[in-house]
Amino acid sequence: MISAPDTAWMLVSTAMVLLMTPALAFFYGGLVRSKNALSTMMMSFIAMSVAGVLWPLIGYSLAFGEGNAFIGDFSMVLARGVGLEEKGTIPHLLFFAFQGTFAIITAALVSGAVVGRMRFSAYLAFISTWSVLVYAPVTHWVWGGGWVDEALGALDFAGGAVVHVNAGAAAMMAAYVLGPRRDFGRQALIPHNVPFVLLGAGLLWFGWFGFNGGSALAADGIAVLAFVNTMLAPAATLLVWTALDLTYTRKVTAVGLATGIVVGLVSITPAAGFVSPTSALLIGALAAAPSYFALKWRARTRLDDSLDVFAAHGLGGVVGALLTGVFADASLGGTNGLLYGNPGQLLAQVLSVLAVFAYSAASTVVILKAIALVIPLRVSDRQERQGLDIVNHGEEAYSTGEGALLLLDDEVPGVFEVGAIDPDHDAPSRISA
Amino acid sequence: MRLIKAVIRPDRLNDVLKALYRIEVKGMTVSRAHGHGGEVETVETYRGTSVKMELTEKVMLDIGVSEPYVQSTIEAIVGAARTGEVGDGKIFVIPLEKVVRIRTGEVDSAAVTPVD
Repeated sequence: MISAPDTAWMLVSTAMVLLMTPALAFFYGGLVRSKNALSTMMMSFIAMSVAGVLWPLIGYSLAFGEGNAFIGDFSMVLARGVGLEEKGTIPHLLFFAFQGTFAIITAALVSGAVVGRMRFSAYLAFISTWSVLVYAPVTHWVWGGGWVDEALGALDFAGGAVVHVNAGAAAMMAAYVLGPRRDFGRQALIPHNVPFVLLGAGLLWFGWFGFNGGSALAADGIAVLAFVNTMLAPAATLLVWTALDLTYTRKVTAVGLATGIVVGLVSITPAAGFVSPTSALLIGALAAAPSYFALKWRARTRLDDSLDVFAAHGLGGVVGALLTGVFADASLGGTNGLLYGNPGQLLAQVLSVLAVFAYSAASTVVILKAIALVIPLRVSDRQERQGLDIVNHGEEAYSTGEGALLLLDDEVPGVFEVGAIDPDHDAPSRISA
Repeated sequence: MRLIKAVIRPDRLNDVLKALYRIEVKGMTVSRAHGHGGEVETVETYRGTSVKMELTEKVMLDIGVSEPYVQSTIEAIVGAARTGEVGDGKIFVIPLEKVVRIRTGEVDSAAVTPVD
């Protein structure tokens, strides 16, 4: 029977999770240089359109259709049969929308690895293909009655593996396939707007209450548990992160603090509804060090996972998923973990993480290589120096308006003029000659 | 006539302006500038990447003055901008060939004399 309170909570949760994508845009946008600010934010925002349209078209059916152990079916293509009938205690349509917001943010998360160099059209092709061929099946494995849930019995409350390990693996491989930005490791590429990063982190935390709390799919005790754990885990992560920052740089950095919040949120995601609040504090605390050192180490390699999607989301997701297998407590509603005498759960968690990681990483490489046969993945060197805001979008984030002359209609260069869409030509919106 | 270019610390700007107004020097152009002098570079850290900030924020004043004002202008700036630490800035005094006040077409000394 449909419950009005559950429906009300899930409506709110769905909106909160959707807000996380603009929040991510601010988090990512602040971390890049000003010439790439809009392009980076657009990569997150556009996921609301691309992944948001593909979800009803086919994604939902592949994720939650009956199908087999590995993928759903085409029974709910175009959201056929998704109506106001009950799914648990909420309308099916609401469940569909809530899950859709997860598909959107997962696609947006990957963009952090490709900023500053990826052609926008190639990026669109990539996240569309990825959200259908990778996100939907992985969701089916874990939440749609697939093998990770049914055969393996791995726990993933709100998407530690589905969302974060999945996006982290894709990000790592995307950064590898694309190659580093031209000036990576040669110039200091520092965040252009740290207040944006903090704003994004704060909004992400708020949205995450819907992400984790909503994953109970009801306004019940489990939702409260997940909600409170979402409040506590990042607090513990921040404490450890701050101590590490003080030890290694003698200062507590704002970018570090924002990163710590995200790592803490990621780590509690798979465990939120399965562990006690004390365990949540421990999970949050334990998640800080791996990501902290991975960030420091990654900056010294040639892997330009520019905004550290793997170090923050991938690794945070792995740590969270594994610790779920340690701290899960059957008395709270799930299964027992290692600490409560069930070491098998930890093994299940390890296997689920490995499977998601391997599938996502391999598919990402194949998808990107296939797209590269049709369109170049990167903009030209010269355009990269100009910045993607002007090159990909014909706009600047921070224009003074000085020296901007109004073009009359017959002076505007047409899309079909020679050079206007030539990938190696300068952006047509900049009149240089 | 001389063009006095002064590079000073941003946090001394208000005091310098007050000192200049006190001696009736009221016409100037102020711009934000970056520079490098003898000061120690600051180190900033972003997610494990340490960067050395080679350039320090400064403010540059461009003041065109007639001969009788040169010495007092320099003294006013030095007096207000000095902290005694490395990085207080520099004053450059350059001969000025011609000045035109755009509004009236007045030239040279007449153009840098304050309007009553």
